[in-house]
Amino acid sequence: MKVVLQHLTKRFPNRNKKIKEEVVAVDDFDFEIPDGKLIGLLGPSGCGKSTTLNLISGLETPTSGRIFFGDDDVTDLPPENRGVGLVFQNYALYPHLTVRKNITFPLENLKGAEKLSKEAMSAKAEEAAKLVQIDQLMDRKPSELSGGQQQRVAIARALVKRPRVLLLDEPLSNLDARLRLQTREEIRRIQRETGITTIFVTHDQEEAMSISDMIVVMKAGAVHQIGKPQEVYDRPANLFVAKFLGTPAINVFSGRVSGGKLYIGEDEVLSVNGVEDRVVWVGIRPEGFVLSKDGALRCGLEAVEVMGRDTSVVATHPSAASENIRAIISTENEIDAGSETVCFSVKPKKLFLFDVETEENIPFSC
Amino acid sequence: MKSRNLKAWLWLLPAILFLGAFMVYPLVDVFVYSMEEGYNSASQTFWGTGFYNFSYVLHDPYFLQAVKNTFILVIITVPLSTGIALLISLGLSSIKKVKELFQTVYFLPYVTNTLAVGLVFMILFKKTAYSEGLVNLLINAFGGSSVDFITGPYWAKMFVLCFYTVWVVMPFKILILTSALASVNQDYYNAAKIDATPPGRIFTRITLPMISPMIFYLVITGFIGAFKAYSDAVALFGTDLNAAGMNTMVGYIYDMLYGNSGGYPSYASAAALILFAVVLTITCINLLVSRNKVQH
Repeated sequence: MKVVLQHLTKRFPNRNKKIKEEVVAVDDFDFEIPDGKLIGLLGPSGCGKSTTLNLISGLETPTSGRIFFGDDDVTDLPPENRGVGLVFQNYALYPHLTVRKNITFPLENLKGAEKLSKEAMSAKAEEAAKLVQIDQLMDRKPSELSGGQQQRVAIARALVKRPRVLLLDEPLSNLDARLRLQTREEIRRIQRETGITTIFVTHDQEEAMSISDMIVVMKAGAVHQIGKPQEVYDRPANLFVAKFLGTPAINVFSGRVSGGKLYIGEDEVLSVNGVEDRVVWVGIRPEGFVLSKDGALRCGLEAVEVMGRDTSVVATHPSAASENIRAIISTENEIDAGSETVCFSVKPKKLFLFDVETEENIPFSC
Repeated sequence: MKSRNLKAWLWLLPAILFLGAFMVYPLVDVFVYSMEEGYNSASQTFWGTGFYNFSYVLHDPYFLQAVKNTFILVIITVPLSTGIALLISLGLSSIKKVKELFQTVYFLPYVTNTLAVGLVFMILFKKTAYSEGLVNLLINAFGGSSVDFITGPYWAKMFVLCFYTVWVVMPFKILILTSALASVNQDYYNAAKIDATPPGRIFTRITLPMISPMIFYLVITGFIGAFKAYSDAVALFGTDLNAAGMNTMVGYIYDMLYGNSGGYPSYASAAALILFAVVLTITCINLLVSRNKVQH
């Protein structure tokens, strides 16, 4: 089932009643989610990603704009008639019911022709439990389960009615780091097996990048970029997206373009064609630095951190927007930790130029 | 190790002294009094020990009347007040405007003096030389004949007592239940909404189990409170409750100690122990029942 969001906007009245101006939680969200894909809504907290999810589930009604599931306009339908499954951030499992009862709860509400016999309900619950691999725990209460198991029960409960769309609100935020890795692969597997269009919300860019077919980067209610994770990472639309994706974060310098050459401070770093002379923000991914004796970018060496798989070089540069810059280089490079300066050349594909005013990406060719 | 133990006891000493003097000693004393036959408080003498005091109390028609009154009061008012309080709390939590106003109105009886409330009830129910009482005026308006609620037939007096008790205990229950309802995580309701759960089922399958510990708490304290009823009856029917036939168990104990027929601490102690046994039994039954019903 494809999900179409047309100019979706949600405004809340201001908490402070004296201020007339409304808070824009979601601003003109326009996107078609293809059938059977896993979509990650990504952004810092307060960016409107959860509100977007609530709009799709029907718990909130949009101020303007339409929502379609397939060809059905569901904008005015109450949540129960939309056929969505929602997994809450705190799972919202009924604490007084067993796992089995929790999973059959949505089925017991079916009326008329859809009404199921006890056996049919139990069979469906078993099926959903098997899918998320909790069929051994059916008679336990939620309090007797670990966080990861509760999460699976919540997913099973959301899936048991075969929803048209599955929505997950910060599905991994309550799990510890190890379980998070495991569970995100699990979510990917369940989504592949069921083929249900799935939208999940997260503030963790790694989580979103690792399992999503497409990610939507949001900030302050506005969509900043939509695309496949690798595309968004390799071609960030603006400085915010570039900064938000990637760990360690991208290094930002102030630079200028003059005569087709890019200067960071006095260092001529790269030749950039098709860019007029101007002042720019330069973003360089940590893995975009190459250690070389005659490299153009001369930095002060602060520290060398050995990670085993690769080496992290902490350095300073007068034109850097932050105090330190961080480069990730291969361990094959021997680096003298005692030296005062270190020189890098830059991989052109890992370097981006942004407008100083609008912070939009400026395309260039080498 | 030993000196550390000693230190601990030293720290506990003030509390132990106070509790011992004002809790343990009187309790032991009640047991002692209840077993002393023919105790004379003036001469501080008695002529034997045994269960005679219990036998006397259990055969005393005033005590039996008090037991009957207390049980009727408990059985009627506890479920009724809890049920009505739950309905009002549900109503309160589903309105948004003027909610605070209603909460204040419902809470007023809690901060009002019992005897002042008793006075108001007198005006409502009592027949005087000048007035029939407000309730009787209403009954008359609908074509019924006046009933003497304060000195009249037993059922009328019992009705007033129950009505009064329910009204007095309600505010506290409403307060507890509205906060219990407010503390149920909204996500449960959202989850239920997405699963198309009808309102009745939301109430019985989600709301009620979620607030069941609080309901149980109210039922237990309600039972205990109703068994200890006394001031309510005094407020309505005056101090000579035996004559009015409206005495309660605690009232009987008080009368035995200080009332017109006072000066019988042995009978009072025996009656107090019987009340204790009744409350303990009922509370145990409550606990047993709730173990199967109450969640978490």
